[in-house]
Amino acid sequence: MTVVHSAPRFTSNEGVLDTLSAALGAMLVSAKEEHGEVLLTVVRDRVEDALRLLRDAHEYQQLMEIAGVDYPQRPDRFEVCYCLLSLTKNHRVIVKVSTDEATPVPTVTTLWPVAGWYEREVYDMFGVLFAGHPDLRRILTDYGFQGHPFRKDFPLTGYVELRYSEEDKRVVYEPVELAQDLRQFDFMSPWEGAEYVLPGDEKAAASPAPAAPAPAPKVDTPKVTEKPADTGAGDKANAEAAKPVEGSPKTTAKDEPGAPAKTDRKVEGDGA
Amino acid sequence: MSFQLEESPTTGDEVITNYTINFGPQHPAAHGVLRMVMELDGEIIERIDPHVGLLHRGTEKLIEYKTYTQALPYFDRLDYCSPLGMEHSYVLAVEKLLNLEVPLRGQYLRVLFAELTRICNHMLNIGSHVMDVGAMTPNLWLFEIREDCLNFFERASGARMHSAWFRPGGVHQDVPLKLLTDIGDWLDTRLPQLFEDAMSLLVDNRIFKQRNVDIAVVSKEDAIRWGFSGPMIRGSGIAWDLRKAQPYDVYDRMDFEIPVGTSGDCYDRFMVRVEEVRQSARIMKQCLAEMPEGPVSSTDRKVVPPKRGEMKSSMESLIHHFKLYSEGFHVPAGEVYVATESPKGEFGVYLVSDGSNKPYRCKIRPTAFSHLQAMDFMCKGHMLPDATAILGAIDVVFGECDR
Repeated sequence: MTVVHSAPRFTSNEGVLDTLSAALGAMLVSAKEEHGEVLLTVVRDRVEDALRLLRDAHEYQQLMEIAGVDYPQRPDRFEVCYCLLSLTKNHRVIVKVSTDEATPVPTVTTLWPVAGWYEREVYDMFGVLFAGHPDLRRILTDYGFQGHPFRKDFPLTGYVELRYSEEDKRVVYEPVELAQDLRQFDFMSPWEGAEYVLPGDEKAAASPAPAAPAPAPKVDTPKVTEKPADTGAGDKANAEAAKPVEGSPKTTAKDEPGAPAKTDRKVEGDGA
Repeated sequence: MSFQLEESPTTGDEVITNYTINFGPQHPAAHGVLRMVMELDGEIIERIDPHVGLLHRGTEKLIEYKTYTQALPYFDRLDYCSPLGMEHSYVLAVEKLLNLEVPLRGQYLRVLFAELTRICNHMLNIGSHVMDVGAMTPNLWLFEIREDCLNFFERASGARMHSAWFRPGGVHQDVPLKLLTDIGDWLDTRLPQLFEDAMSLLVDNRIFKQRNVDIAVVSKEDAIRWGFSGPMIRGSGIAWDLRKAQPYDVYDRMDFEIPVGTSGDCYDRFMVRVEEVRQSARIMKQCLAEMPEGPVSSTDRKVVPPKRGEMKSSMESLIHHFKLYSEGFHVPAGEVYVATESPKGEFGVYLVSDGSNKPYRCKIRPTAFSHLQAMDFMCKGHMLPDATAILGAIDVVFGECDR
């Protein structure tokens, strides 16, 4: 596929996948190149070794990002993605490990001190544990927050809301109460995506698809309207329209109120 | 600020007391809602524990519930001092997944306005940095430039700050010719005049130098280990700029220089930004000179909706318009990490698509997160008033840091 987009162009990925796969050896689970990104999945327990190897032997000096992703349908539901950058080779790779709620991932704060906050964030948002992290506290959520908000099963609205209570003279937490339901629009095409029965469309699934309509019979001269004369308007239609309406007009027992009397006196104060 | 006396160990018969003070969460020099728990020995900072997240809005989660087009305005609200810089990473990430070509004029317009954003951002940062260390006048002058920038944004997009003007496939609307000529005039007259006037008060100012030179020196090795980017890594003497190293849009056609610092202190970081403003003006002039005529966004009607006029006259456009503004476009499954040189550093978007019309996951890599984390080691051993200078030179905005 030819690349036509104008996203950042770093050094070509050519050969990188093979080199890194060979170097990682048994640490590697899978490797692929997609959309111009090199994605390496490594064994969870060896992630620190793998990243150390990439940093020291393959010049990926900087750890730019650790991103958590939640795939609830997988047995190891969380993916932790380490985005590495090489300043000397001008190249980026993404290293991934997967884990579940209970199994910790080895920390990489030993390699990069910057990983400290990144790992705290992944822990805060997804509940992924990092073994050996010196200070695994929550970072973005409120003090005393419960739950891990970026998990797919955490509702968008959250569970608690807070307000300042005039009686208690402090901020109080209360269960979320929405004045109106959270509006969830499903704009996927009904003929493509929707897995539910559309309202009013209950019979559609039960009844077989309607047979194709029979083709229209052929006529010698198709009826078309090309000239004003073909429209049917004209003298004949005018004469028909001028005929009086059949039956007498409706009469009522008492007089209908008519239009109000004309006012010819100027309204006082007008123009003052 | 409140402080409390801490119980401390005694050495011999001398009692040493360390203070723990609370810097923030509302502090004029904190540039937003930052709480720093500082442990002080007299006026010397022993340890800093920054508490962030007071402005956490769950942007990344909200984006998962929006179509790709609807998610875009959230990026304006991350770093509200440089909205178009944030949008740039996002639209490029979506385009990378779609492999979508952007017409040349669209690319030029994006680069032009991304650089205008950089000037706008640096005006705020330079101004507030100098105000944190005690200079008032330059800030007022720089805000004049910032006001001009915001007027230009308004004339291009209709909004002063939250433009939502970059779109996957190009930009939302073409700009009037008068706007481009006005920007050209402004670059030649008002910007250099106001900016150089303000800088003449600062760059050789004795007091300003005393507050910044040799404060928070960061070595090259530390800059790499702490994930620095943007003016922070350049201040430490590493000539690393994504616009040069990994050019996107038409940056590869631009002729500009990367300023680097020599000693890695706050003054260097400040001066890098000052020079970047001049280089940005240079890039903008090249954009204005070279910008071709033509469409400003892709004509792929499966991604970019048609304009309203077209929609009113063509049935097919009407269908596309309706579908793209309700269902949105579908993005092929896959994942990309796209980072651009935002005014504050590397702003990245890690976008995971499952093939539907909404992002499955959109991780935002803020610049401030790694820089602020280094506050502890940068401040160690410095005086309490230096913390504001260090924070000012980091250029932190909490909309972006906390997301």
